Amino acid sequence: MTDKKAEMAQIELVIGKILRIGVAVSATLLIIGMLLAIIHGGTGYSEYQFPTTFTEIFSGIAAFKAGAMIMLGLFCLILTPVLRVVVSIYAFAKEGDYLYVWITVIVLVILIIGMAIGFIKK
Amino acid sequence: MQQIILLLAVGVLAGVLGSILGIGGGIIVTPVLTLAIGLDIKYAIGASIIAVIATSSGATIAYLKDDMLNLRVAMFLEIATTVGAIIGALLTGIVPTGFLFILFGAFLLFSTYNMIQKLRGKVAEQHVGAGEDKWAKKLNLNGTYYDKANQEQVDYAVEQVPGGFAMMFGAGIASGLLGIGSGVFKVTAMDTIMKMPLKPSSATSNLMMGVTAAASATVYFFSGAIIPSVAAPLAIGILVGSTVGSRIMQYLQPRVIRMIFIPILLYTGLQMVLKGFGVHI
Repeated sequence: MTDKKAEMAQIELVIGKILRIGVAVSATLLIIGMLLAIIHGGTGYSEYQFPTTFTEIFSGIAAFKAGAMIMLGLFCLILTPVLRVVVSIYAFAKEGDYLYVWITVIVLVILIIGMAIGFIKK
Repeated sequence: MQQIILLLAVGVLAGVLGSILGIGGGIIVTPVLTLAIGLDIKYAIGASIIAVIATSSGATIAYLKDDMLNLRVAMFLEIATTVGAIIGALLTGIVPTGFLFILFGAFLLFSTYNMIQKLRGKVAEQHVGAGEDKWAKKLNLNGTYYDKANQEQVDYAVEQVPGGFAMMFGAGIASGLLGIGSGVFKVTAMDTIMKMPLKPSSATSNLMMGVTAAASATVYFFSGAIIPSVAAPLAIGILVGSTVGSRIMQYLQPRVIRMIFIPILLYTGLQMVLKGFGVHI
């Protein structure tokens, strides 16, 4: 039991670190975007008109538009829970708990279906 | 500039409260956005989806180190919630919602009563559980956490797993169909039905909320319902708030958390029942 506990703690620590990086990346993008918006006195887009496709987002970033930078940051933030599920699969596999590998894979598949619906519905 | 400061401040507050209670913070964010800033409800919902993910991501980083979260319970119940949420979203416009509002509102009111009983000590706060549930054993759901407020290791058993799973499925349908925050349901399902201690319930709910919200967030993202100038300061504030809040939560007595939770539960339950009868508050 203690062995298993220690192993799990180790794995959770790794997950925590990976997640921190993910959150740090999105937070950095958001902060840069917000500072750009303050410096430029706006997001570079009109109030209800902002980039919602990757092409628009990346061309906006190339033009140093605050709104595009923020949208990329928000998209990264939306991906952090996905990252969480993915590393959990790895963690359970490493632990040899295949029941939970399957359970977590199912969660990931459902999650991807949900996200795909959002992408297609557009 | 004023708006940025307001949103940062609201974000910090929502993040602290959301991460302590295991709820998304939409209860704070949505009224501020619609009433104080005058944002259309469509954009307010978009922003509150981001708020939920930010709360979850900010909070779970700190929780993981501290063993508060029950990853198995989270992933197992997540199946029920996400499938429910997708079915709920597909049922929009087909199923009448009035009855469901009353049903789920009534459940929250019942949980309010249950929580008050627990607060008054009629039911033990640190319910250890009999550990007899065969599903909990089969699925290895029982857990342990270190309570920093009481400085003791708490081992707990999870009960009524099928009931909790069914409730989570219902909560998923409700959140997809009615667009209500499911954090309140997740915490109460774990606390009231599955008899998990409040702190791991809150931490586990926090993780699940983020995953559930991510599944629907792309709909809002790609349809342009998320305004960057609103969402960015809000998200940054929440990330800070929820990281702080989850640290505070560790040192709070479960009783205190319950005392903050009860009025929110009562408010949400009443709001839903009244909405079911066509009264909006």
